[in-house]
Amino acid sequence: MAVTIDARGLSCPQPVLATLKEIKSGSDPEIVILVDTDTSKENVSRAVESQGCTVKAVQSEEEGYKILVTRE
Amino acid sequence: MGKNWLATRWGVIGVGVLIGVMAPLLQYWGNPGNMGVCVACFERDISGALGFHRASVVQYMRPEIIGFVLGSLMAAYLFREYRSRVGSAPIARFVLGVFAMIGALVFLGCPWRAALRLAGGDGNAILGLAGLSFGIWVGTLFLKSGYNLGRVQKTHASVGWLLPLTMLGFLALMLIFPKVPGEAQSGVLFYSQTGPGSMYAPLAVSLAAGLLIGFAAQRSRFCTMGAVRDLILFRQTHLFGGFVALVVFAFITNLVLGQFHPGFADQPVAHTLHLWNFAGMTLAGLAFALAGGCPGRQLFLAGEGDGDAAVFVMGMIVGAGVAHNFGLASSPAGLGPYGAAAVIVGMAVCLFIGFTMRQTGR
Repeated sequence: MAVTIDARGLSCPQPVLATLKEIKSGSDPEIVILVDTDTSKENVSRAVESQGCTVKAVQSEEEGYKILVTRE
Repeated sequence: MGKNWLATRWGVIGVGVLIGVMAPLLQYWGNPGNMGVCVACFERDISGALGFHRASVVQYMRPEIIGFVLGSLMAAYLFREYRSRVGSAPIARFVLGVFAMIGALVFLGCPWRAALRLAGGDGNAILGLAGLSFGIWVGTLFLKSGYNLGRVQKTHASVGWLLPLTMLGFLALMLIFPKVPGEAQSGVLFYSQTGPGSMYAPLAVSLAAGLLIGFAAQRSRFCTMGAVRDLILFRQTHLFGGFVALVVFAFITNLVLGQFHPGFADQPVAHTLHLWNFAGMTLAGLAFALAGGCPGRQLFLAGEGDGDAAVFVMGMIVGAGVAHNFGLASSPAGLGPYGAAAVIVGMAVCLFIGFTMRQTGR
């Protein structure tokens, strides 16, 4: 099961805050994060990797990017 | 992924180096002391050039600011990142812009200038940087407790063009009504005869430097507020490297150009009231943190289509008018008559925004 965080339209640093909160408190093995800017994509990816998780895929979507993260 | 080199750690440091070298050079070519590219000061000068305030020593249409927005717009279009968006509590962002400017003008500088002042030997900048960090720390407490101005909406591409077009209009006004030696006014624009507003690098140089910095900074997401915020909030040093690089390379460039003069007294466009240097930047830092970017970053965001950042910029330009018309801005002589009161009111307004604008979020 993957949990989805919709961070589209949120300004810096909200997408990172929401992602870190899920990594720390959630339990799903996979996390999907939706973002709408390149800046958010970069920030979220960097934050995920700093927590020891892995960015498995980044897909371009009509409204930004879908980031697929797996816990280690 | 991985193709935007400027957004890497070394890319951000590179942009810090670029700004750190360009700012003292611009001073060397004519800009005011320790004010090579101060976003708050230069937006204040633009406000004066338009006659929004009549402080005759700080009126000049600064091409650097125009360049920052247009350079960012070019980068955003070239790399297909332009995205027109608005609607995340614009009025809150406007008010934050107003008080960010008031706080910055009590200290006399934005975060960039605080760094440049330090790099020029101005010890008062230490108080400013400490205040900035304290204000941002207060901001992180609000962020941790759910402060959020809400989501933006995608909108017509032309909405995001409005601030860049305004900047093009400013540039056109400068060309139509150039400075006339000895005249305080040329057509609709005001030009300082004395003081910082009368000191400037050649237009083409200023504009080119602005475009270059705007282009690179958009790609790198360079942000001084974010640098301190991410360090406090996430223990992340990604953006902080750029801020440090700015200080170090501005220091080196100042040494080379003979512009390093250590001390507290008689520094260019500065005062020595430690408490108010700290408090002014605390207010500014909190306002930047609540608005999600330092003044430079807000210009770059506005260039890539963020209409809310454009509203923040407008707030800063209006705030400069308020600061000078109401006697809130400091000068080398010290605080303005109502500067202290304005900082207290500004803190109250920022706390109101921080405490009342929280969301549990989706």
